Amino acid sequence: MKLHHLSIAQLRMMLLKKQISKKEVFKYFQSRIQKLNPTVNAILTETEETETMDDVTLPLYGIPFSMKDTYLTKGIRTTAGSRILKDYIPQYDATVYTKLKNSGAILIGKSNCDAWGHGSSTENSDFGPVKNPWNNAYVAGGSSGGSAASVISGMSMFDIGEDTGGSIRLPSSFCSTVGLKVSYGLTSRYGCIAYASSLDTVGPIGKSVEDVAIILEIIAGNDLLDATSVRHKIPKYTRTLRDKKNGLVIGLPKEYFKNSLTPSVAKKIQETIAVYKEMGIAFKEVSLSLTDYAIAAYYLLATSEASSNLARYDSVRFGNDRSVFGEEAKRRMMLGAFTLSAGYYDAYYIKATKIRSLIKQEFDTVFKEVDLLLAPTSPTPAFKLGEKINDPLQMYLSDIFTIPTNIAGIPALSVPCGLSEDTKLPVGFQLLGPAFSEELILQTAYRYENAVGGFLKFNAA
Amino acid sequence: MTIYTPIIGLETHIELATQTKMFCRCPAEYFNAPPNTSVCPVCLGLPGAMPVANAQAIEWTILLGLALNCTITTRSFFERKHYFYPDLPKGYQISQYQSPLCENGSLTLPESNVTIPIRRIHLEEDTGKLLHGSSKNNSLIDFNRSGVPLVEVVTEPAISDSRIAAEYLQTLQKYVQYLGISDADMEKGSMRCEPNISLKSPSDKGLPQYKVEVKNINSFKFVRKAIDFELKRQTSILQKNEIPLQETRRYMEANGSTASMRQKEEAHDYRYMPEPDIPPVVINQDQFNSLKKRVETVELPNKRLKTLVNMQIKREDALLLVDDKYLGDFLLEIVQLCTKEEKQSGFIQKLVNYLVNKKISHTLSKHEFYAKAKTLSKPVETDMASLKNYIANAIENNKVAVSDYKLGSLNAINAIVGSIMKESKGSFQAKIVLDELKKVLR
Repeated sequence: MKLHHLSIAQLRMMLLKKQISKKEVFKYFQSRIQKLNPTVNAILTETEETETMDDVTLPLYGIPFSMKDTYLTKGIRTTAGSRILKDYIPQYDATVYTKLKNSGAILIGKSNCDAWGHGSSTENSDFGPVKNPWNNAYVAGGSSGGSAASVISGMSMFDIGEDTGGSIRLPSSFCSTVGLKVSYGLTSRYGCIAYASSLDTVGPIGKSVEDVAIILEIIAGNDLLDATSVRHKIPKYTRTLRDKKNGLVIGLPKEYFKNSLTPSVAKKIQETIAVYKEMGIAFKEVSLSLTDYAIAAYYLLATSEASSNLARYDSVRFGNDRSVFGEEAKRRMMLGAFTLSAGYYDAYYIKATKIRSLIKQEFDTVFKEVDLLLAPTSPTPAFKLGEKINDPLQMYLSDIFTIPTNIAGIPALSVPCGLSEDTKLPVGFQLLGPAFSEELILQTAYRYENAVGGFLKFNAA
Repeated sequence: MTIYTPIIGLETHIELATQTKMFCRCPAEYFNAPPNTSVCPVCLGLPGAMPVANAQAIEWTILLGLALNCTITTRSFFERKHYFYPDLPKGYQISQYQSPLCENGSLTLPESNVTIPIRRIHLEEDTGKLLHGSSKNNSLIDFNRSGVPLVEVVTEPAISDSRIAAEYLQTLQKYVQYLGISDADMEKGSMRCEPNISLKSPSDKGLPQYKVEVKNINSFKFVRKAIDFELKRQTSILQKNEIPLQETRRYMEANGSTASMRQKEEAHDYRYMPEPDIPPVVINQDQFNSLKKRVETVELPNKRLKTLVNMQIKREDALLLVDDKYLGDFLLEIVQLCTKEEKQSGFIQKLVNYLVNKKISHTLSKHEFYAKAKTLSKPVETDMASLKNYIANAIENNKVAVSDYKLGSLNAINAIVGSIMKESKGSFQAKIVLDELKKVLR
């Protein structure tokens, strides 16, 4: 039986009915890692089966999951994909890990990623790139490439990724997983190795919309250790998942459908729109005129914060001096240090924060007209390994459709919508909503998933 | 000879006596604690750890600002100040630059009556501590102090000499102690002072084109010495038509001099950036009002001085009592016990005398102290019949002295008084004995 094709609810039911034991489940996924990981390189550190509470009523009892290697796990090596931390054993657990453990889930591995989250293809990992499970010549996307690859190839049931400029959604669209970038503050960042603190978000990657809703319900909510986490009550996402909002209007931001969009992706997006139209959902063209400025603002704000967040790795306490940083980390630290320098601060950093405010306002305005926005997650399907690695600017443009949501702090869900005609690689679309509209986004994605009869299953191995 | 005007500004760091550190829940009290026992992921700067601001520290900083007549910033934020140093685990210090919690205040000094303008008061975290010399090949880091709340009070460069600088520091220390927000102990390092010193030539239009910062000062006496030394050193340079270097110097306790630490030309660009992990600090009107009320209920040093002087206490005694908050508090408690008549009859000054001269121990309870003071101050009632008996006996036993006295040797009477005092074991006041004896022998 292909356990990795089951949903979380199905696997949990089997465990509950004792049709399979927790140990057997863990062994199954462990053997998947042993079989697939030597090629895919999605998992950096395999973990032993950990002691969990033997309470079958826990919502994730016995469910094996992987987690991006930016989350601190006490006693389990955590590298952030960088050789700086190649031997680092954390002293404490990230809040998201604590919550999942308390729900009965079992960590099976730490997922490969671009070092420090810097990248769009996981080729910036100091431990080698992740290969796209659908075609090993292609990238899995980044920076949470190992996360999406391990979930779709069935090495784990779900994964916790981290999205600063598209790091959950881009790999999700390249690998055909459902990946949620949450509203800023919905989930705790405590214990997540920071890339750009004002943009970083902690979110789930799963095989289905329901799986993502289940995980979100567990990890969302206030954390006294994260002063930026929200205080308000968290909805029961799984309970409202099947609701259908009457008179839903979805906006199509015209700037996301311009010439940078490749025809193979454009075609899949049009098919998606058609599916929704058949349900009677209305579409409306809208404009987000500041889209082009988002990338510029992002690479000023994110690199500034990165230069600050990486200052602590000074070789005094973690070993490995600063020459050990990879090329991309060095590039971003230098860009950031320059942006924050006296005499340039106003022209770059302050200006970027003003653009951030304007982009937020523009989204606010658009969401007065429409409930949600639909757009491609990426202008292209997965590209070939090595294709963009020597052209940082081209690489940065991979995130052109995902970055504006991070700048605005709003949620977005990347949903699989089939394979591209030419390369036969997955394509994803994303649903964007106002801050803390995860409920509506998940409901709307769920309707699509049902209408198309579920998403592609990975059968290659 | 050219007259140079001293331009002195003071930066004072005060560690707040909060229960916990500025951005984590570790105990803030680290004095005498074994190294690295009061630490956690946050104050060690471990990957992924996040700061949560201590509300008490923010309130206390605002209390100090209100006590020093500052404008309070209603929407303030923290910033990251970047520099590399082994005692700074994150590679940046969380501090405030663009929006200090308090600005534009003043402090009037009680003795000189000079008012010192306060430029700003901001809140930040302390660093760890480097321990050198335990071994030739290494230096060790103790992170117990890392993250302790630190308030920085910055004056305008408006202090004219070392005496005023010391008085300012002493007064500031009193304010902090009266507010109960720190012990502000310079020797322990919970209050640290860094003067910025320069000399203005008559030809200088604005401020001088250099300034010298002096570090490593841990007493009021050394503040005076360091400033005086610097003024002398800088004068001699200026007299040679040269300009002193802009630099940071270290005070040398051994010989009261200063020595160069680092030149300001290499000054850091701290690349300040808003701290993204801490939401802005917003003080609403209700919070502001309640803090204002709290400051008004605290009897600050200047108000206490007035209170004491109004009680007909001598000014020099009053200053002494202001200086020692504990004694002042104790006196005021005893005054509460006094009757209206006592308050009007100079009894309070007597209490002060007993307290200051240590005639009655301040370790007694206020009731014990009050009772003892009453006894001491009351004229002893003389048992005249008994005295007369003693006098009669003494005349009988000191015939020689009595006759000498009667013959005009007036000092002889002292011997008789002495013998009465001895016989009666001092139960009479000598003055009364003398007067009575004179009457009898007349």
